[in-house]
Amino acid sequence: MSLDNLQGVIDREKTRQDGFPCRVFCCASTPCLSSGATAVIEACKTAAGDKKTAKVDVVSTGCMGPCSRGPLICVQDSDGAETTYERVTPEQVPEILEGHLNGKPPLDHQIPESWPFFAKQKKVVLSNSGRIDPEKLEGYLVAGGYRALAHALSEMTPEEVCEEITASGLRGRGGAGYPAGLKWSLVQKAPGDRKYVVANGDEGDPGAYMDRTLMESDPHRVLEGMAIAAYAVGAEQGYVYVRGEYPIAARRLERAIKAAERRGLLGSRVLESGFSFRVDVRIGAGAFVCGEETALMASIMGRRGQPVPRPPYPAQSGFWGCPTLLNNVETFGNIAPIIENGAEWYASIGTETSKGTKLFALAGKVANTGLIEVPMGISLREVVFDIGGGIPNGATFKAAQTGGPSGGCIPAEHLDTSMDYDSLKTLGSIMGSGGLIVMDNHSCMVDVAKFFMEFCADESCGKCVPCRAGTVQMHRILDRMTCGSATRKDLDMLEQLCRMVGETSLCGLGQTAPNPVLSTLRYFRDEYESHISERDCPARVCEMSEEPVFTQLAESVAS
Amino acid sequence: MAPREDHPSGDSRFEMVDRTLKKFQYQQDALIEVLHTAQEAFGYLDKDLLIYVAQQLGLPHSWVFGVATFYHFFSLEPQGEHSCNVCMGTACYVKRAAEIVTGLRRHFGIEPGETTEDGQLSLATARCLGSCGLAPVVVIDGEVIGKEEPEETIHRLVKLLEGEPMEGDGETREEVTA
Repeated sequence: MSLDNLQGVIDREKTRQDGFPCRVFCCASTPCLSSGATAVIEACKTAAGDKKTAKVDVVSTGCMGPCSRGPLICVQDSDGAETTYERVTPEQVPEILEGHLNGKPPLDHQIPESWPFFAKQKKVVLSNSGRIDPEKLEGYLVAGGYRALAHALSEMTPEEVCEEITASGLRGRGGAGYPAGLKWSLVQKAPGDRKYVVANGDEGDPGAYMDRTLMESDPHRVLEGMAIAAYAVGAEQGYVYVRGEYPIAARRLERAIKAAERRGLLGSRVLESGFSFRVDVRIGAGAFVCGEETALMASIMGRRGQPVPRPPYPAQSGFWGCPTLLNNVETFGNIAPIIENGAEWYASIGTETSKGTKLFALAGKVANTGLIEVPMGISLREVVFDIGGGIPNGATFKAAQTGGPSGGCIPAEHLDTSMDYDSLKTLGSIMGSGGLIVMDNHSCMVDVAKFFMEFCADESCGKCVPCRAGTVQMHRILDRMTCGSATRKDLDMLEQLCRMVGETSLCGLGQTAPNPVLSTLRYFRDEYESHISERDCPARVCEMSEEPVFTQLAESVAS
Repeated sequence: MAPREDHPSGDSRFEMVDRTLKKFQYQQDALIEVLHTAQEAFGYLDKDLLIYVAQQLGLPHSWVFGVATFYHFFSLEPQGEHSCNVCMGTACYVKRAAEIVTGLRRHFGIEPGETTEDGQLSLATARCLGSCGLAPVVVIDGEVIGKEEPEETIHRLVKLLEGEPMEGDGETREEVTA
């Protein structure tokens, strides 16, 4: 099917949508569902009435963002004006819908448009999230979907696509921030008949759910990005690796692939061009290390997810020795807007070295938790206090943790830091995939470091010794600190181990495992000191119930 | 579905596994997909089941066992009638999810990853369930419950084990079995 035939589908859907004086978007993502969104959606459908005579189009959508305020619904009037309601109950639904049909929307539970949570965001990747039904291809098409793919196939050569991505300044969203265009060109130039494109949706960082939301709310966006990438590098087969804990995301992607194949947007001879691209979904089985690219490929090939030394990089030798392009799901989410609006437009967003927008999962001790998309370079203060609405319960901001177990903490004195790859790196943290956990004065930084170290020790694949043994030893030392039985020697040993594990581990997991410890040591050394010398936890989190072995020995000798 | 007579074990659950094997044309790299289906059908991966999968795919037993034990998702022990999975992601952790686990441990006398002696309840902890906005999150029998308190969780489970239906805050059902 060519794009002209598709136009018919788009027009039909557009006419259908325009036939309703009022459309209501109901958030059907997990947080809202667990706050009772199912009943709200049912109430909307009941209030809309019989399908043939309904004046209201009820759309179940993906995430709208402010997850702590669910269930959320958004009503769109015929003039395109949108009103969002928070904490909606099924009983309220008829009143809201009638109000909109009569031109008198109720003010109860309404979120004002000027609310900083929405006003300070810039939606590029998430532009469709919360506005289309992720299970219907038509909705994505009406929103301009697959136009970028059609444009790339008909107007651009693969080299031009790579150049466009390079010019946009897009950097990998998985954490390391490797320039995407460079990676694409490497794969494109790599010799080989068979090449692969892989989307990494193994979002293992605890406290991060950007990829999940993107895959659940707008699966076609990811697929379109992958298809453009496949055209650019010359691949015919792609894989989306979805974390095992995200069954909904996997199901939606599978449905999206089928729907796109039926319309000739994926599969053989895409949009009647000579380009063919098949995508398969692979479901992970719960291993953090599979976020590492070589481990991920091992896992897709049905093996234990253990990394192998690089080089060779996947760009030269990945799947079955073929050149493989591996990008994060969010990176692929950026591709269609770049091709459609041009590299120049994209490069105008963000900072000098970090272009575009970034998704963050804002969680922890902050008033408004949820998923946000902000331009790179926004200050941490704006994210926490304007978008996040500050720290609840009268507590004070202590630190923000970015990058999960590979990242670090940003303390209060650096609240005005610009959120971009390089500034965060200077502070000893990393952008990571986008988890942003806010901690208040009731959080103990030694305990947080211990939490991450336990995570790394547990998730270490066991292949290389520094990571396998080093993380366990570091966890033991941190455990002693939080129990009150650590000595000064332990602190020296901890620092030594941090250096050793970081410098000698095989893959990213081990190399970055010491980061949470190093960054908390850098900014909150006094807390470590007081855990050791005074056996006191300033935040009153650690139990400190044990005593150092030396003290116990001395006492037993004395008695 | 009636048991398939011609299957060596006569157990219809093997049909599900066979279907997946066929779908992937007995390719060895489909091992993880096959194990997913097997666990879905049987609830856990029995040793005989692993041997069956190994033989069907033509892989060494050690290879299949190695993969099954590498990933957290696969369970080699039978699971309890009911499951409780406490999220221990960072967001839940800073909101005191550890206290929920401690409470459950004390009340039911089992560690995470274990099942009560009567086979009624399995306790587990998850890395992150991706519902950080609702932290702390507990998943009981596939239902996601957010903003939990330790006593509340114990109360819920006690009632569930007594045979009362769950009175959850919502109706989210997800096949979270990790």
